[in-house]
Amino acid sequence: MKVLVPVKHVIDYNVQIQIKNGKVVKDHVKHSMNPFDEIAVEAALQLKEAKYLTEIHCISIGTNDVIPTLRHGLALGADQAVLIESKDTMDPIHVAKVLAEHIKKEAYDLVIMGKQAIDDDYNQTAQMLAGILNWSQATFASKIHPKKNGLEVTREVDGGLETIAVNLPAVISTDLRLNEPRFATLPNIMKAKSKPLTTIAIDTFKLELKPYFTQATIEEPAQRKAGKEVKSIDDLIKVIKEVTE
Amino acid sequence: MKVVVVAYHQGNILSPLNASVLTASQQFSKQCDVLIIGDKLGQMAQSLGEFPMVENVLVCDHKAYEHQLAENIAQVIHEVAQSYDIILGVSSTLMKDIFPRAAALLDIGLVSDVIEIKSKDHYKRPIYAGNAIANIKDTQKKKMLTIRATAFEKAQPSRDHKANIQSLSIHFEAQHSKFIKTEAPESSRPELTCADIVVSGGRGFGSKENFKQLETFADKLGAAIGASRAAVDAGYVPNDYQVGQTGKIIAPQLYICFGISGAIQHLAGMKDSKVIIAINKDPDAPIFKIADYHYVGDLFEVLATFEKTFK
Repeated sequence: MKVLVPVKHVIDYNVQIQIKNGKVVKDHVKHSMNPFDEIAVEAALQLKEAKYLTEIHCISIGTNDVIPTLRHGLALGADQAVLIESKDTMDPIHVAKVLAEHIKKEAYDLVIMGKQAIDDDYNQTAQMLAGILNWSQATFASKIHPKKNGLEVTREVDGGLETIAVNLPAVISTDLRLNEPRFATLPNIMKAKSKPLTTIAIDTFKLELKPYFTQATIEEPAQRKAGKEVKSIDDLIKVIKEVTE
Repeated sequence: MKVVVVAYHQGNILSPLNASVLTASQQFSKQCDVLIIGDKLGQMAQSLGEFPMVENVLVCDHKAYEHQLAENIAQVIHEVAQSYDIILGVSSTLMKDIFPRAAALLDIGLVSDVIEIKSKDHYKRPIYAGNAIANIKDTQKKKMLTIRATAFEKAQPSRDHKANIQSLSIHFEAQHSKFIKTEAPESSRPELTCADIVVSGGRGFGSKENFKQLETFADKLGAAIGASRAAVDAGYVPNDYQVGQTGKIIAPQLYICFGISGAIQHLAGMKDSKVIIAINKDPDAPIFKIADYHYVGDLFEVLATFEKTFK
């Protein structure tokens, strides 16, 4: 059984982003694998270790710049990586369409991916992919239990947890607390360099990928100003009473 | 321009957040329709029909929609959306599950988490945990948006207004997914995303037992409880208490936080609160940079004093 783990190369979690001329500065800024996708890779590894899966493929869409993230996936333990070469930035719907085409060719049984990328914060691609393929979906997973005919997934929902059963093939999106991703060890980082990484030109898919909407300019958010220090607990109480009355 | 708002309800309780989406809908058209999907919906359609901008309430009431699985709810939205230009919903966890799937069935792009509608095809949405705002130009014929409720005023219902209520017989069974169970802790406190007052705590509490002191204070104020990622990771509170980029996005009238240093991911979830009060023993805590009032000191001492003062 084969799983596909889409991974996104994003500006690192710890970087304070800069905005210049209506764009986020990306050149010479540290990038890494989207943290939710790292959780997805870990989930796949755990399912493989439990003998539920046999093969893990990581996939990313972009230029050669995203290869470090694919190599990172391989270093964590993925068996193969696929780069779909494209220079264009894509809406979630187009990412989902491209992934769907690749999935149809390669016959995957399961897709596990992060619930959102920490750059665009869309939280859409997994659900769209499931919709396009007419597969079951289990989003915001905090537990995954293999069952006879599919998976039981506990999901983080408003006000608590929900468990659903999904048939395979399925798309799962991972929430923050599904697992704690392992670190790539040095020997595995070395090994990853010789694992297969296939490049596919995006034109192979013969999809019309004209953007449905465009992200025009990026601007700074309105800044909140620092207020004042309250010197005593009594003054603090006064403030709270004033606001709540 | 025909607009439909997909109503959000949880456990057959209508969410007050729908009222913000109804306000947002007026940027497209003075009037809109509302679609509500579920099982045993009772008076919810009538309540939605009291909002003055609502012309028709479309009710899709069937056992198949009891657990609001994305799989078949998205199919209903797909079918109903055929006769609308704009499809709106609140960006709650449930709708985030359903809307993108429905957008894919419609083959349209979805703009999620909209915080401002500048014109019919120009919206703003936060990216990078709210550290940047993207201007989106959406020229699609059919558009789908999820609305961040905290960014829009709530529309007010009027008892004099009664929208037409129309029942739909659209029936899709979920083929590939099945509900098993929910685990939702019973709570008498207000819902985090709708509460007027939220008190929240961070790693500064040090233990689950200590965190309970915050609960006592919350109940005295009638407040909801939130937490930082650190407090959730440490196991002080359940996951759904988390406020931040990947947790709940809230904007209460008053946000009081104890022992939260203020990582950017946390600020993304609460910086639109009307009044922010922060208590932290670190005088350089980043949260102080955005708090209206801050107090440098021991949170337990503060809570002990509050305990005596607030009845």
